[in-house]
Amino acid sequence: MAMADIYQNNYMSMAPTERRFEPYAFNGGNILAVAGEDFAIVASDTRLSQGFMIHSRDHPKAVQLSSSTVLAQSGFEGDITTLKKHVKIRIDMYEHNHGKKASTSAIASMISKMLYYKRFFPYYVYNIVAGLDDVGKGCVFSYDPVGSYEREQYRAAGAANELLQPLLDNQIGHKNMEGDFLPLSKEKALQLCIDCFISAAERDITTGDCVFLHVIDKDGIATKEFPLRRD
Amino acid sequence: MATTVSCLEVPKGGFSFDNCARNARLEERGLTRPKFRKTGTTIVGLVFEDGVILGADTRATEDTIVADKNCSKIHYIAPNIYCCGAGTAADTEKTTEMISSNLQLHRYRTGRPNRVATANRMLKQYLYRYQGYVSAALVLGGVDCNGPHLYSIHPHGSTDKLPYVTMGSGSLAAMATFEAGYKANMKKADAMQLVRDAVAAGIFNDLGSGSNVDLCIIGKDMKVEYLRPFDVANKKGVRQGNYSYKPGTTAVLSKSIKQIKYDIVSESVQEDMDTS
Repeated sequence: MAMADIYQNNYMSMAPTERRFEPYAFNGGNILAVAGEDFAIVASDTRLSQGFMIHSRDHPKAVQLSSSTVLAQSGFEGDITTLKKHVKIRIDMYEHNHGKKASTSAIASMISKMLYYKRFFPYYVYNIVAGLDDVGKGCVFSYDPVGSYEREQYRAAGAANELLQPLLDNQIGHKNMEGDFLPLSKEKALQLCIDCFISAAERDITTGDCVFLHVIDKDGIATKEFPLRRD
Repeated sequence: MATTVSCLEVPKGGFSFDNCARNARLEERGLTRPKFRKTGTTIVGLVFEDGVILGADTRATEDTIVADKNCSKIHYIAPNIYCCGAGTAADTEKTTEMISSNLQLHRYRTGRPNRVATANRMLKQYLYRYQGYVSAALVLGGVDCNGPHLYSIHPHGSTDKLPYVTMGSGSLAAMATFEAGYKANMKKADAMQLVRDAVAAGIFNDLGSGSNVDLCIIGKDMKVEYLRPFDVANKKGVRQGNYSYKPGTTAVLSKSIKQIKYDIVSESVQEDMDTS
């Protein structure tokens, strides 16, 4: 009888059962980066969560690597912490070996190799590197967890990236729009980043609390904060 | 009398578990199950001096995405009985609707207002019959001829009759608030504030709950106040940019205009239209 089958398969089975240690967790949150003519903006929310619980409301996901490069990371916090530590050490080593500051594209290439080294037990991290390139133009590099990377003008990553990426495609990439458009100004890019997070906080439960922005231009890196819904 | 052959098989009562075996076999072949919309949720109930207060948040989630930012989780059961529901949204909705209909028939049969214990019995017997597969966790409250009553009902069919209860993913945060602030025979204003604080604890500290606090107060003489929303605890952030599109933004790929032939049946002229 059908009912007896269910009980034998699920509850009272005497067959050996497999137990596995789950090496990853998902700590939620979103990051996004936009590159302009002579600036780059990195935005990240500051909520660290797990399941339905909030670990911290004040945990930004982006960190400054040098005076013109910022690294934003989303995914599993354990791997984020370790990868961030290794990247900072490798940048120090680069500066000691080469006698000069590491450029954004050099850092980007190095992170790609570091990720692929762990191809068969990956870092569960979605990275975005943003900053000014060698000629002073804004640049954004986005990665997958095993190191495939590409230079782009804008990218959203994290829990609500399917919600944010189409909005950026339309507003920055002008996809599905006719007409002439002005180049992206810093003020408009800032407004757009904040509005993206306001919308993400509405529909994604792991996004909220506060959005932390790094604005990278030739004068250095400025930071801004903007409060979001806390529910 | 001629022999009559019954060609219809009378279906057996109760839940048929045949599909569960079929689903297990389909999953082995790689079928992904559709996600149910669960309500995440913080629902609470409190007995105060004159009656019962039910409180709920208003967020419905599908996994980690918010499906409904302002859904109603306090369901009508009878004029003097209301029920909050957590768990699978369809289950709570349809179960409470069904018991509400049956109670209306019961009212006609008995000629009296329903008792809360009757609603409790009907709900627990229904949920037990489905062995927990109907995933509805309910907080049932109401006032009847014997005074105010509050029950919590679990998906497998067990019930508890208590002065204050919480259910849902935010129940721990809400219960912490209740345990700190509950006193027997509270005044209405204090009780409303405590219920609001308990639901707010769930809204801010649990990711499955959010948006607003709804309250339903069933007081003396079975008078009901349904306050939706009671407290708008979270507003959407104010957008900084302008996202309207100029006419002509969407490309027109092709145009085709067809004449629709029509006959004029009647004509009428309207007097001055007041457009002020």
